[in-house]
Amino acid sequence: MSLELETAAQRDTLRRVAIDPVSRVEGHGKVTLLLDEAGHVREARLHIVEFRGFEAFIEGRPYWEVPVMVQRLCGICPVSHHLAAAKALDGIAGGAPVPPVADKLRRLMHYGQIMQSHALHFYHLASPDLLFGFEAPPATRNIAGLAAAYPHVARQGVMLRRFGQEIIQATSGKRIHGTGAIPGGMNRHLSPQDQASLRAQADQAVSWSQEAVALAAHLSCSQPLLYREFGQVRSPLLSLVRADGALDFYDGTLRLRDADGRILHEGLDPARYQDYLVEEVKPWSYMKFPYFAALGPQRGWYKVGPLARVQNCDFIPSPLAEHARQAFIAQGDGSIQHGALAYHWARMIEMLHAAEVVRDLLDDPALQEGAILHQGGPHQREGISAIEAPRGTLLHHYRVGEDDLVSHCNLIVSTTHNNQAMNEAIRQVALRYLDGRSLTEGLLNHIEVAIRAFDPCLSCATHALGQMPLVVELQDASGALLERKLRT
Amino acid sequence: MTAPFDPRPPTEHQFLLDGRPVPFTEGQTILQAARAAGLYIPSLCWDPRFAPHGSCKLCVVKAAGRHVSACATQAREGWEVESSTPEINDMRRGLLQMLFVSGEHFCPGCEKSGHCKLQALGYEFEMLGPRFPHFHPQRPVDASHPELVLDLTRCVLCELCVRASREVDHTDVFGVEGRGIHKRLVVNAPSGQLADTPIAATDLAARICPVGAILPKGRGFAVPIGERPYDRATIRAPIPGEEDTP
Repeated sequence: MSLELETAAQRDTLRRVAIDPVSRVEGHGKVTLLLDEAGHVREARLHIVEFRGFEAFIEGRPYWEVPVMVQRLCGICPVSHHLAAAKALDGIAGGAPVPPVADKLRRLMHYGQIMQSHALHFYHLASPDLLFGFEAPPATRNIAGLAAAYPHVARQGVMLRRFGQEIIQATSGKRIHGTGAIPGGMNRHLSPQDQASLRAQADQAVSWSQEAVALAAHLSCSQPLLYREFGQVRSPLLSLVRADGALDFYDGTLRLRDADGRILHEGLDPARYQDYLVEEVKPWSYMKFPYFAALGPQRGWYKVGPLARVQNCDFIPSPLAEHARQAFIAQGDGSIQHGALAYHWARMIEMLHAAEVVRDLLDDPALQEGAILHQGGPHQREGISAIEAPRGTLLHHYRVGEDDLVSHCNLIVSTTHNNQAMNEAIRQVALRYLDGRSLTEGLLNHIEVAIRAFDPCLSCATHALGQMPLVVELQDASGALLERKLRT
Repeated sequence: MTAPFDPRPPTEHQFLLDGRPVPFTEGQTILQAARAAGLYIPSLCWDPRFAPHGSCKLCVVKAAGRHVSACATQAREGWEVESSTPEINDMRRGLLQMLFVSGEHFCPGCEKSGHCKLQALGYEFEMLGPRFPHFHPQRPVDASHPELVLDLTRCVLCELCVRASREVDHTDVFGVEGRGIHKRLVVNAPSGQLADTPIAATDLAARICPVGAILPKGRGFAVPIGERPYDRATIRAPIPGEEDTP
């Protein structure tokens, strides 16, 4: 669509509208719109304005600290960073591959994380928009309003998230920021008590996840045009897939599929990401813009996350989720779906898959005993891993010196992969809904809805109970304030 | 006239700690007697294997109208010693807050978390925030040794490692230089690096650090949450299996 809307000509002559901040957690974000005299959108940008600097202060630390330290990047999906770091450092600790029991425990932790994160996003963040409408009164367009109008739905969201968090606690010691994975394996088994307790809840979690898929599908099918076209950004799709083409959140090789569904790259080794991925820096955002080098910056950017994964894999290796995936594909008449709102349905299919995997893992008594740590192999000095975090592909890359201190760290997080796609989505929404119109809270929320559909850290981590705090200022070309709207 | 019957051995005396009688023998410090009686006075730099050091000041109590270090003050017959009072505990909290801000004590990312006496004392004295501006000292990590890592940003200058290396290991690996705010732990080698000293991971100096300044390489977070020493007991109670350590 509109890379030309990234930077307008004669920017100084345009009116500037800033949505600042878009959110408060995991890096502040803001949206700026430049409008001409007739109110037409000439530029739209999603900026990530806070510098986090994790890559810099990981350097110089002992490598075995990193899986615990780096997870502080995120309050919502710390498990993804925890496991990605541990995976990257397994070889550095002489522990690759980790023992099979450790691999299962990590998977259990990770799929529990997918469940809690997806439940949180769909029920607490997104569903108020989807159930009440983008321009519904903010006083009801939140989780409290959801609980009042749809108590059954809200309760399922809370309980599904709690179940995922209980899995994380049982495998890492805490619901958030635990210590379960260490380079070379795990530091704990699953206790018999935890396994029994979690297994007793697992069938219900699968059932509720089926209802969530049904709700997301119903919403999509009830407004097919909106769900197909709102924030629609045609782009390639990137995700990990298993060797047999199955969806896999924990491990695999990278597959890139073009916007029409043709596979462009298959079996890409994440450890060689620097051979095919380029991270472009733009002066107006602290978030980089990755793209496939072979396709160039104009065509090489892509989407990651549920919408990419569900359409990139050949199948989902659990029966209920695979059935749901086929229904999703059929709804798009077999063509690749690129609407931002399609993320929600895909996300719930993934939650169902995670619930099925968790249930099946909890039937395995091997989680309670056996070797879970291996550190006897050769110690490498460089480690690269990829994992599918709730929001998409996550890459961790470390180099370690002879003194065991980290000498280099590079992280490409899911939200970064989606940077260009999110920018394109807000441009599309701005043109469609804001162009030439005066600002209202409901119109502004359209931009948030588009951003939120991607479930980026800058949106999901705020969890601002239905609405993000916003200050929107309309200034003339000289910077004089014409209009200011505050929403807290 | 006959003195009233006293069941205590003739050499044993008694003082009151927060109103509770504490027996002591001649020469015992207030802290030694209190610990022997199962009563808790906090400390960070005290260790029964070494002479009192009196640097952390967490054991300060009020005796005979004066504030004194319980680790370095011999008990006296009939003293009424105040320790766990709101005033003294507030001062202890302030001392802990100063220790926290003078180094980089980022518990969430520190492998000593759950094993750390400074952290345990922070919990014990209900330290809810740093209160003072952080110093953010810039001190490089010394990872030159094959078995040990020295993170001087976490050193609280208790000098337990100094005393252990001098008096038990007989290696004189550690020392302290500078005064006041410039005081810091140094490694006794021309290069200043641990790799150029005779220290071994089995030495007491390598194992005695109450915080995360001296650590064995590679252990990291091997002990799961829930099984770490201070998951199982507060610093007030002896840790199961470690009853003989302070």
